[in-house]
Amino acid sequence: MNFDFFNDESRELLKFISEALFQDLHADESLTVHFRGEDTEYVRWNQSKVRQNTSVLQRNLSFEYHNNGRRLSKSFTAQGVLEWDLITAREMLTEARKEAQALPPDPFLVEFTNHGTSTSEYRGHLLEGEDLIKAIASSAKEVDMAGLYAGGSIATGNRNSKGQNHWFANESFFMDYSLYNQQLAVKSCYADFQWEQNKFNESLNLATQQLEATNRPRKKLAPGNYRAYLAPPAISEIASMFAWGPLSYRAYKNGANALKKLQDKERKLSAQFSLSENFHLGLTPRFNSLGELAPEKMHLIEQGELKQLLVSSRSAKEYNALGNYASSSEAPRSLEIAAGSLSKSKIFKELGTGLYLSNLHYINWSDLQNARITGMTRYACLWVENGEIVAPIEDMRFDVSLFDIFGDGLLGVTDFQEIDPSVDTYFQRNLGGRKLPGMLIRDFNFTL
Amino acid sequence: MTHFNFESSISKFKNQVDWLSLRFYREKSHSYFVRNEHLEECRTELDQGVMIEVMVNGHLGYAATSDMTTDGIKQAFLRAKKLSTHASAYKAANFTLEQRPPSRGKFQSPYLHRVSTLAAEEILDILMRSSQSLNVSERIVSRYAATEVKETQIQYLSSGGAEWEQELQLVETKFQATAQSQKDTQTRSFGNSVQGGAEVLRNAELIDQCKVTAEESLELLEADNCPTELMDVLLAPDQMQLQIHESIGHPLELDRILGDERNYAGWSFISSDDIGKLQYGSKLLNVVFDPHQENEFASYAFDDTGNPAKFEFLIKDGVLLRGLGSLESQKRLGVPGVANARASSWNRAPIDRMANINLVPGSSTLEEMIASVQKGILLKTNKSWSIDDYRNKFQFGCEYGQLIENGKLTRTVKNPNYRGKTLQFWNSLKAVGSPKTYETYGSPYCGKGEPSQVIRVGHGSPCCLFSNVEVFGGLS
Repeated sequence: MNFDFFNDESRELLKFISEALFQDLHADESLTVHFRGEDTEYVRWNQSKVRQNTSVLQRNLSFEYHNNGRRLSKSFTAQGVLEWDLITAREMLTEARKEAQALPPDPFLVEFTNHGTSTSEYRGHLLEGEDLIKAIASSAKEVDMAGLYAGGSIATGNRNSKGQNHWFANESFFMDYSLYNQQLAVKSCYADFQWEQNKFNESLNLATQQLEATNRPRKKLAPGNYRAYLAPPAISEIASMFAWGPLSYRAYKNGANALKKLQDKERKLSAQFSLSENFHLGLTPRFNSLGELAPEKMHLIEQGELKQLLVSSRSAKEYNALGNYASSSEAPRSLEIAAGSLSKSKIFKELGTGLYLSNLHYINWSDLQNARITGMTRYACLWVENGEIVAPIEDMRFDVSLFDIFGDGLLGVTDFQEIDPSVDTYFQRNLGGRKLPGMLIRDFNFTL
Repeated sequence: MTHFNFESSISKFKNQVDWLSLRFYREKSHSYFVRNEHLEECRTELDQGVMIEVMVNGHLGYAATSDMTTDGIKQAFLRAKKLSTHASAYKAANFTLEQRPPSRGKFQSPYLHRVSTLAAEEILDILMRSSQSLNVSERIVSRYAATEVKETQIQYLSSGGAEWEQELQLVETKFQATAQSQKDTQTRSFGNSVQGGAEVLRNAELIDQCKVTAEESLELLEADNCPTELMDVLLAPDQMQLQIHESIGHPLELDRILGDERNYAGWSFISSDDIGKLQYGSKLLNVVFDPHQENEFASYAFDDTGNPAKFEFLIKDGVLLRGLGSLESQKRLGVPGVANARASSWNRAPIDRMANINLVPGSSTLEEMIASVQKGILLKTNKSWSIDDYRNKFQFGCEYGQLIENGKLTRTVKNPNYRGKTLQFWNSLKAVGSPKTYETYGSPYCGKGEPSQVIRVGHGSPCCLFSNVEVFGGLS
């Protein structure tokens, strides 16, 4: 299905169902109807061959229902015929009315309001069928490649009974892959709105060159503190932890915010560390599930000081705080860590002797109240001596505190940043991404 | 427009490909979440669609659609056929109908009362009472009570003669108290995910357990940090589930050994040569794939390719006997596996997954195991997990620790963590608890695959004692 057809059909579905339900509403009821859907080709690769190809067409409608201060939500998979889907939607509205009678009033209910109208549609140019398979297989035939191509249309939108109407759709792809030299690997990702074969080939060539560093025998490190350069993908892995409470006001109030001591001014971060929510990146829509439009850019941590946490309108009401139109989860949706002054050409010189960490893996809190995390090195992580690459390392486990690595231990931040597009495909291909620099860190603690 | 018909769709398409199947999946779920005696969420979801699988030139490909009209199914079939035909020129493996058995039958998970008999009022009443029960002190700043009840139906029909149905009744629960003082914050929780009906949620013991859980979170506030040293570790079943899952379940998955997961979840330190030979753990270690354990979260009769599920020993007397791999992976790797090609929903293709992976009880009582320890720690309830992409170097954290000194449980300690290497750890297993210490847990959140999928798993285990483990705590 092409983008225009998917987009038009999906918009029409949201319009038809929402307008019909709005007409059915009683005086004391209000409703927001959401749509999310995709029309995606997933092609999974192993040893540069196709392991599984899966085409997915899915459309989901959901609504949040308010009745006299009570709130609940319903969702269903749209079946493809407007009249059938309207029957399901109306059955769910009837159920919602009945169930709402059993619920207590919600003291933190955020009433629906009209947050305006917006439409963003980005048509891409993707390969299909034989062209798609050949484009990847032919370029990767000389290497051992594993990965996932995911490409097609994604759409999301919402309308409410107060008149709000937001829509976002794009046609895009990513080829998230790694190349292997026996058990050592290099990770890369080619993502865009238009497939350009020369860009994919360039990406593959660069990864192949990087893989050459893994030809040398691996070095086994003893546990201890090491000077380390973390490349942007490694920083992105650490930044993924910011989705699990450190920037959430609700988590702060509930004792689940790892940066509580920063908010309480018991700990400090480095003046070189600044973090913002930046929708200028264009990776995800500004509107949240209530249709609220977050500011284009919000400084959350500036030069090491916490300026504000993400506060949803619901938290604002519960805690009598000032909201900033965060998502209901209060996780960043378009995170950016600011660049610094360390130039690419000086990374190895400034590192001197230590570790070049390209990627990290499976990070979790080891002591949440002290912002301590643990995780593993992964892919082509290298031992460097006097600014020269010496050997790839055997994977090591680290255990560090964000207060240390982004605090006194932060020696430098690169003057360039890289976009790390979301390659999350749980339930459906998701939007989003992060923009991150590399960082030079004094004592990166390895434990195992 | 008409709804698609299983039989006529198969008849219409079967001559255009070497083989095809249709898998219809429908799940209705109700979620409720109460925080601090306020209803935070009341949500109903109806998720349904069809997955079409085709075999073309020995390659298996898929197309999923939520458009369940006759035309929608036809379009999905054509997409599956077209892309699979092109992909078959670059296929990673060659399959035959031996990997798609013509199974027939039905499975119904056990229950006393269907979960649909739970009205919103009743569920809300249980959760509100749970939240109140968690409210034992002003220092409990967050009280969390949540449940999700689900009814799942899967129907499968293939051109090779397979025809089966499975229906599941599922209940997931989570209760949590977070206590806070001027100096610290500590959380204690419990919950489970099981196959069962409304009776699971109506169990009055849940309310009593909430009170105990909240009191333990207060106890942790006053506790010292866990010491840092080598000591024996006695793991309760609610931590054993995570230990089994991460350091036995995942490394045994054959698709990881084959490298399918290298770009995402990772691969495995195990090779196919290890199967039948590797001393994975001490002689006390016996681990089984048990798809028929009543009420366990991932029981079923057929995997999502129609392979009939059978009980199998994975590890016996410490020796690795078979991996967790589907008929496809067994053919590719030439080693024995199990019926575990599973898909999270209608919109994902089946891949090698864990299901119920259980550790067989031994003969030691809890008292005997504690009495045998000079210096050690009893650890309960996982709160942090991390392991490398080969499933070797792990570090896990627990909510609650109790030191064992000179054969007796002594002080409670907070922020306990331990780390180790998989084979070394399982070979340090020195006592396995008796059936009296055995408990079964389930989780709906096992993530894997490209495109990614979360799937339900179950893990039963007794308490187990390990020697000389690196244990450490939080910062003071």
